[in-house]
Amino acid sequence: MISTSISNRVIAHALLILGVVIVAFPIYYVFVASTHSLTEILSPPLPLLPGNQFLHNYYEAIFGGVQRIGGVSATRLLFNTTVVGLCVAIGKIVISILSAYAIVFFRFPFRMTFFWMIFITLMLPVEVRILPTYKVMVQLHLIDTFGGLILPLIASATATLLFRQFFMTIPAELVEAARVDGAGPWRFFFDILLPLSKTNIAALFVILFIYGWTQYLWPLLITNSNDMNTIIIGLKKMISFADADTQWHLVMVTCILAILPPILVVVLMQRWFVKGLVESEK
Amino acid sequence: MTPRATFPHKFLPYLLLAPQLAITLVFFYWPASQAVRQSLFREDPFGLRSTFVGLANFKHVLSQPNYINSLEVTVVFSVLTTLISMGAALLLAVMAEKVVRGRGLYRTLMIWPYAVAPAIAGMLWLFMFNPSFGTLAFPLRWLGLNWDPLLNSGQAMVLLIAAAAWKQVSYNFLFFVAGLQSIPKSLLEAASIDGAGEARRFWTITFPLLAPTTFFLLVVNSVYALFDTFGIIDAVTGGGPGRATETLVYKVYKDGFVNLILGDSAAESVILMAIVIALTAVQFRYIERKVHYG
Repeated sequence: MISTSISNRVIAHALLILGVVIVAFPIYYVFVASTHSLTEILSPPLPLLPGNQFLHNYYEAIFGGVQRIGGVSATRLLFNTTVVGLCVAIGKIVISILSAYAIVFFRFPFRMTFFWMIFITLMLPVEVRILPTYKVMVQLHLIDTFGGLILPLIASATATLLFRQFFMTIPAELVEAARVDGAGPWRFFFDILLPLSKTNIAALFVILFIYGWTQYLWPLLITNSNDMNTIIIGLKKMISFADADTQWHLVMVTCILAILPPILVVVLMQRWFVKGLVESEK
Repeated sequence: MTPRATFPHKFLPYLLLAPQLAITLVFFYWPASQAVRQSLFREDPFGLRSTFVGLANFKHVLSQPNYINSLEVTVVFSVLTTLISMGAALLLAVMAEKVVRGRGLYRTLMIWPYAVAPAIAGMLWLFMFNPSFGTLAFPLRWLGLNWDPLLNSGQAMVLLIAAAAWKQVSYNFLFFVAGLQSIPKSLLEAASIDGAGEARRFWTITFPLLAPTTFFLLVVNSVYALFDTFGIIDAVTGGGPGRATETLVYKVYKDGFVNLILGDSAAESVILMAIVIALTAVQFRYIERKVHYG
């Protein structure tokens, strides 16, 4: 072990603290702003400590304030975003684990063709096919529906690749033993494969939930009605820097409501998150 | 690889693959093929007829000064975002390796931005630095800077890069930490015994051994800067002032949905597709060298 001298360690801590301050400050700043009154926000500099309007602002924003300025209630926005985040994460995991199962544990014509078809979707992000995908959604009457918000996002090459890679490490003896004992493919899937994949599923869930929650371009295109907005789109619509009437204290509260759930997921499920992130990209 | 034990079933595997394939066909392949088709046609202003024009849309797009401008904007924005967020993350990861106490705490505080949507990251930075009441805009004014990122194109770009790089630091940090931990300590110890100082150990051992991680992150960060930053740009500048922050992706969106120049938008989409394919190909060449299936 190389010992690091004390002065070096002090420098390291100093740099890390500086880094953490820069990284965490924007989030802290918005939290502080969300606890001050509108007049205080508009007369800078903002105090560095939270104010005494916490309960007032949050109560006002959640019970009517956001509805008044955004045309849709904060609870509705949170509900929509939660549905999208959860359905995208669960949907991606379900369809990817099934496809990986088919590709690894069965032999059938065009197996590799299908694998490549899934793989190549990596090269077709929403951004490069915005307009035609939008047209498909119009033809399928999916504008302003949860189906439209969720379905196009749940195909996942990355998740399929990760499950495939994991399934290939499962010893052939396990499959043979299960077959000798009379287990069919479904039995094997539910009783052996699924329990073994628990860690991978948890790790993927965190990443995919964040992915679903933070979507921007797609919900922007696919929702016209305020009632179907996700909280991020709702927030964008509430803000106008040119407009002097913006209710900044309520905007700040909405901002905190929009970033708190995914931050909690990442921080509380940190172990799975780090594992999932570093391993799914390998 | 030994032949795997498998289940003898004829229809089941197709059934298992059906949901994934249905979604990729309807929402990926069909629209992508439409984009390619449309890039070769030109619609009349009423959308009644479209004529085959070959590569004329591409020629038209590539000869526009606006397109060349957005290409330059994209390059500047992507290169700076990538360099700054990777540089900062590497520095912090190296420091985190040195400290004994508090490592977990630093990591916990460092990963927050990962959970923040790019659009919100943009808004956070605009709150802090907005010219009328942003607390951090005041020191800049006080220093004599005429700070207004909503009117000054250079400052708009600086703000966007700061927000984009900030958001991506967590991701890069976690990967650099993982990369640093996989470097054998014995190598560093041997070098230390031979009298190599800290800087020397870093540049001759650590940095070269981190190359796979760095390379991987370069690709991921380029893709991020190209595509995922749409939200930041839309929330902060909307491509302005003028066209100073209009990236390629933003232009596809604007031409398609705001200006309704469909042929151009489709051609721009196809050009972007080519860029992604190139980047992904580079990424997987690298992965093939690294991953071995048993």
